[in-house]
Amino acid sequence: MLAFILRRLGTMALTMLCLTFVVFFLVNLEPNLKKLAISQTEMRTTAEDLERWLQRNGYRQNFFVRYGQWIGVVPKQPNIDPATGQAVPRFRFCSEPAVPAYSGILQGDFGCSTKFKTTVAAKLFPALGATGILMFWVMVTMVPIALLIGILAGMREGSRTDRTLSVASIATTATPEYVSGVIFTVIFASWLGWLNGSAASATAQGVNFYNFTLPVMTMAIYGTGYIARMTRASMVEVMTQQYIRTARLKGLSFSGVVVKHALRNALIAPFTVIMLQFPWLLTGVVIVETMFRYQGFGFTLVEAAGNNDIDLLLGCALVSVLVVLLTQLISDVGYAYLNPRIRVQ
Amino acid sequence: MQIEHIGGLQVFLGVLARFWPVWLALAIILGASFRFRKKLGLYGQLFDSGVGIAGVAICLFWLFTAIFSARIAPFDPLTQIPIMKDALPGAIEPASKQVYLFGGDKLARDVFSRMVFGSRIVLIIAPAATAFALMVGIVLGLPAGYHGGRIDTVLSFLANLVLAFPVILLFYLLVTPEIRELSFDTWLGRNLGIGWSIPRGLAALFFLFPIIFFAALFYTRFKNRPGLLAIQLALTLLIGAWVYFGLVFDKDPLGIIAIDPNELNIFVAVVFASSPGVFRIVRGLTMDIKTRDYVAAAQTRGETPWYIMLWEVLPNARGPLIVDACLRIGYTTILLGTLGYFGLGLAPESPDWGTAIKDASRLLRSFIHPALPPTIALMSFVLGLNLLADALREQSLKD
Repeated sequence: MLAFILRRLGTMALTMLCLTFVVFFLVNLEPNLKKLAISQTEMRTTAEDLERWLQRNGYRQNFFVRYGQWIGVVPKQPNIDPATGQAVPRFRFCSEPAVPAYSGILQGDFGCSTKFKTTVAAKLFPALGATGILMFWVMVTMVPIALLIGILAGMREGSRTDRTLSVASIATTATPEYVSGVIFTVIFASWLGWLNGSAASATAQGVNFYNFTLPVMTMAIYGTGYIARMTRASMVEVMTQQYIRTARLKGLSFSGVVVKHALRNALIAPFTVIMLQFPWLLTGVVIVETMFRYQGFGFTLVEAAGNNDIDLLLGCALVSVLVVLLTQLISDVGYAYLNPRIRVQ
Repeated sequence: MQIEHIGGLQVFLGVLARFWPVWLALAIILGASFRFRKKLGLYGQLFDSGVGIAGVAICLFWLFTAIFSARIAPFDPLTQIPIMKDALPGAIEPASKQVYLFGGDKLARDVFSRMVFGSRIVLIIAPAATAFALMVGIVLGLPAGYHGGRIDTVLSFLANLVLAFPVILLFYLLVTPEIRELSFDTWLGRNLGIGWSIPRGLAALFFLFPIIFFAALFYTRFKNRPGLLAIQLALTLLIGAWVYFGLVFDKDPLGIIAIDPNELNIFVAVVFASSPGVFRIVRGLTMDIKTRDYVAAAQTRGETPWYIMLWEVLPNARGPLIVDACLRIGYTTILLGTLGYFGLGLAPESPDWGTAIKDASRLLRSFIHPALPPTIALMSFVLGLNLLADALREQSLKD
């Protein structure tokens, strides 16, 4: 088991290296650097000014050297002002060491956000915290509802409850966040006026029922159907097993069989699905946070991508890839742990 | 000038009336299918369940809407009639006496016509992108599953790499205008003049796969019958090269096949995002099927690996693949909507549903009527595909 986890961690590290390299390559393409330079300098700068800005801030160094610096395996050179000979930081809102030093991701330095004019760490981690709150409430609503729907539908395959709930869960999987978000806003904010159509106040004044229900609902609805269908399939399979028939023939009540014998075995498969749902939620987070103006990770990602904020975008990419890979690892390990047949092998 | 309105019931009847070519076509196709369902194989079996009928009907509805969109839509999707700005549903346009059935949007365009024309964009790109993703996934997934070993390790690693990428970040990086403008023309030291860029390069790569697929398909089967093989290969290469030049280089000699650079860009991004999923499914199915007796029999006969993969393994994997393709078209539609919602790729005035949802959702506080038609259209189309996939799965489990 340990060897398995170690090998997976090795693959993870390699994947992250490759992916950040691709992102680094794409954000450092010439048009993207131009866009960054234009947004960072005054209006109506000449091409020479833009070039000088790029030169001065080190964007013209060798590509691989800069990638190494970002990771932290190549020392970062201090930025020497040619006029005074003093070391000055490239951006006035971020401090920089005055002597060459290893300062990259490995050392915990995520760099400098050009869009938000602060360090990436100062922007990214609070945003992640905000998204964590959103994710928490989504999971708290989505998972129990989805499991309940799946179990009720899968308990008696082919019954009317099963058909109704199955069609309902198919319908929710056909409703992406930007569709359900619009429909819910129209119903609950515009017509009924019960809820706030924007979660912007949640960032400043804290989360409450009034401003947070719509984002949570919108995000939960898309995943619910998928988890419910997986649970149903797993439940249907378990209900046809010999031991369920034995338990029934012994004279146990139907509800007793479901709760005591079927449920535990039926919940192994949905566990994997729920863990693998996190990467899906990541896209949902971006849509929902943009739609409801909630300043979390997704909002930060869109801002970073829209302004080609190189370090922030790389930080976002790193975090999201880490989330995807870690959830995959946890789902594999957890599956093996929950399912004795695999554990023994 | 005062704009006249018609009532809610009249709007409803008006919408029904505008869709008359669709109803007619639906009645003919569904009636004929239902009548002859015993002879139509898997497709006919769909008509045994309510879910299947609903799925087929919804999908065909949008298919015919896309085909007849010019006849259904009363207005051009891009024309702006200033007096109709933010008009409520049922407003009568004074000049032509035609009705803005679902009202006008903030740029005074007819919401109904835009929804109808939007179906055309979605129904061309989503199935086509899925088809290409299937080709890429099959051509790479078959050898990975069949041979295993190093080729499997490398391809699986690449697939997982793309899958680990959050879709939205991938789109932001691949579909921004900056990337599209980037040209590699001068990289080789001289001007190539074909506008090479990352999307175009990826397109050039992806569009090779169907040609490889069909060439390999015919070659492995008919290599002992050179006459037939020559005709098939020549046709494959001719049609393939024609489409390839039209789509990738935008230099179709006949001028029939052309694609807007924007559309090529999102097409490539969508194929790129969904082919690893197909790859994983095909690989898994192949690993399962290659242990069967008929594959062992073919191996004993001395068939080549590619013959076994394409003519023994693939036909037996078709059930799950068809179901997956249905779901995948729906998922691709959702991806297209996401692209439109973030304003990536398609032109800002494009009538596709995602862009329309984006425009309308910004103004939900003042007007809600422009938001509902595209959202319901997108939802119903994806729902139709999901129902279809569900019915197909039920039927294939029955056998």
